[in-house]
Amino acid sequence: MTVLFGQLFTGVSIGAVLLLIALGLALTFGQMGVINMAHGEFIMAGAYTTYVLQQVITAAGWSLLVALPVAFVVAGAMGVLLEFLLIRRLYARPLDTLLVTWGVSLILQQLARDIFGSPNVQTRAPELLTGNIGLPGGITVANNRLFILALAGGAVVALTVALRFTPLGRRIRAVVQNRDLAAVSGIATARVDRMTFFIGSGLAGIAGVALTLLGPIGPTMGTNLIIDAFLVVVVGGIGQLKGTVIVAFALGVLQAAGEYLTTLSVAKVMVFIAIVAFLQWRPQGMFTLRTRSLA
Amino acid sequence: MTLIRGRRILAGAMTLVAAAALAACGSKTTDGNTSAGVAADVSGDTVKVGLLNSLSGTMAISEVTVRDSIMLAIEEINAAGGVLGKKIEPVGEDGASDWPTFAEKAEKLIREDRVAAVFGCWTSASRKAVKPVFEKNKALLFYPVQYEGLEQSPYIFYTGATTNQQIVPGLDYLKAQGAKSLYLVGSDYVFPRTANKIIKAYAEANGMKVLGEDYAPLGSTEFGTITNKVKSSGADAVFNTLNGDSNVAFFKEYKSAGLTAATMPVVSVSIAEEEVKSIGTQYLEGQLTAWNYYQTTPGAANEKFVAAYKAKYGADKPTSDPMEAAYVSVYLWKAMVEKAGAFDVEKVREAADGITFEAPEGLVTVDGATQHIAKTARVGKVGADGLITEVWNSGEPITPDPYLKSYPWAGGLS
Repeated sequence: MTVLFGQLFTGVSIGAVLLLIALGLALTFGQMGVINMAHGEFIMAGAYTTYVLQQVITAAGWSLLVALPVAFVVAGAMGVLLEFLLIRRLYARPLDTLLVTWGVSLILQQLARDIFGSPNVQTRAPELLTGNIGLPGGITVANNRLFILALAGGAVVALTVALRFTPLGRRIRAVVQNRDLAAVSGIATARVDRMTFFIGSGLAGIAGVALTLLGPIGPTMGTNLIIDAFLVVVVGGIGQLKGTVIVAFALGVLQAAGEYLTTLSVAKVMVFIAIVAFLQWRPQGMFTLRTRSLA
Repeated sequence: MTLIRGRRILAGAMTLVAAAALAACGSKTTDGNTSAGVAADVSGDTVKVGLLNSLSGTMAISEVTVRDSIMLAIEEINAAGGVLGKKIEPVGEDGASDWPTFAEKAEKLIREDRVAAVFGCWTSASRKAVKPVFEKNKALLFYPVQYEGLEQSPYIFYTGATTNQQIVPGLDYLKAQGAKSLYLVGSDYVFPRTANKIIKAYAEANGMKVLGEDYAPLGSTEFGTITNKVKSSGADAVFNTLNGDSNVAFFKEYKSAGLTAATMPVVSVSIAEEEVKSIGTQYLEGQLTAWNYYQTTPGAANEKFVAAYKAKYGADKPTSDPMEAAYVSVYLWKAMVEKAGAFDVEKVREAADGITFEAPEGLVTVDGATQHIAKTARVGKVGADGLITEVWNSGEPITPDPYLKSYPWAGGLS
């Protein structure tokens, strides 16, 4: 029983990590249709931001709290810059976008190597987040995992509220559903694209901060995660936030169950097979967005 | 633009990336030139040696320090007049934590730079990748890291511990402490898998139970499940053969799960002072390691080594076992060359047997038959200051036995 619960919690927390890294992608890829291979490097930028802030603010707790908004802005700004300089010129050419952003991701990795050195670096976690909460029955819940779960939940709520109830959110949805009609209705679609990209990339920065609590920070940390994140968005269904949320947790639990019953590598293979099978059955993903757009 | 089309393209691109990765793994064969080896170029007043370490990627955390200590030894030797009157000229290459790259760079060092010997490699996977290159070209590799044994290449000198000088003494120590059950955690490649085979054979013969065995891909940072399994197993101790910075994620998770050195100690064989520093003492304090050398090992030779290292690289830089073994390997090569009176590989090999060196870890002796060295085993405990203090040692250098021939329980292994 203890093991079962522990494993369920592990699955949920793997899901929370997946959700955090996929959430930004759900915006830029899911909503805008931009395949941004450099998304993983925005995660890395968020992680290195945490590292740099810890050199300045030595109290681990404070530096982590400060890192959240700062990483959001740093990664968001990088996203806007990328959108402004390259992606907006390529909106009609998805394959070119993919190649260009892949190139950008390699450049950013090398840049990180040049600035911070090739060996991975670590941050100190605040003492509060290295412990755990004991529940009856010998069950323990790790504080850092709980923090990440709360962070992922908070990000989903904030994003949902922003998309549903703010003027910017309405404009984003209008542009997604029918770009031309939105444009003739007086929405500055280019500016909306830029804001969407800012938020999506900023969320990657937040994910980067969270990941410093679990493992090392390195130039290639983003590449290791980007494929999982794309899978979550694709399986969840493009243009839908709820699909991303459900699939992230489902894959997390599936992964944890597979890891427990077999080995880490086999579990990964199982998850991939499950995804392939699912997409054969439902190529459009779990949820689809119905639009009147002809595109 | 259509979202569905975008997704198809994405799928196509992912397939391409995967295919490219597969191709990179498979087909790095070097050209079929099977000549009898390339003689080192010693015509000038310098002699070149190759330095082959990962300066980037997941292994860089460890291998950069090995490179630094090899450089220190070379500088010291050059300052004292060099080898056979020639100054050593180091040629560095980055193995980039990628095994085919190691093989490629080894080939380059031997054939293009025509070095007299190569110092380097850390993971057994990289050593296995370069082994055929050194054997084909009849060139020398000095390998400075503890490893899983069961290997004896005529063109490799193993200056780190083999299993009977590290893992077996570590297990003896656990047994003496009363551990009855073990849980094995390791990275998924040749060293941990072979080491765990040996550990299981030992456990069976010594009445210990192995309650579980798990492997994480090299570079993996997700240890939720493994920690959960370890915790629920209730083992007396964990034997950890994780390599590189997977250790960071593992020990963070371990502490988060409420496991401590007091409740379930972890014995690690790949965590030395440098790794302790980067993983963080908050996660490691009180945990055990098995090695042959610690920065705190007493003796004049070590005091001199530590002082020289800190003077060159900074007072905050610790020294560790693989660094010491790498440092020693350069001096051993020098002694072999001087005894042979030549840089010729075959002559150097013939001269190797019985060469001794007053190393920072104590007296070491080269065993010509196995090309390993006799060294003292030590178990240590990580302290609050990040240094490791010895809690046990074998008392005298242990003769290397890479195939564990003198241990009856190891009969079925090789």
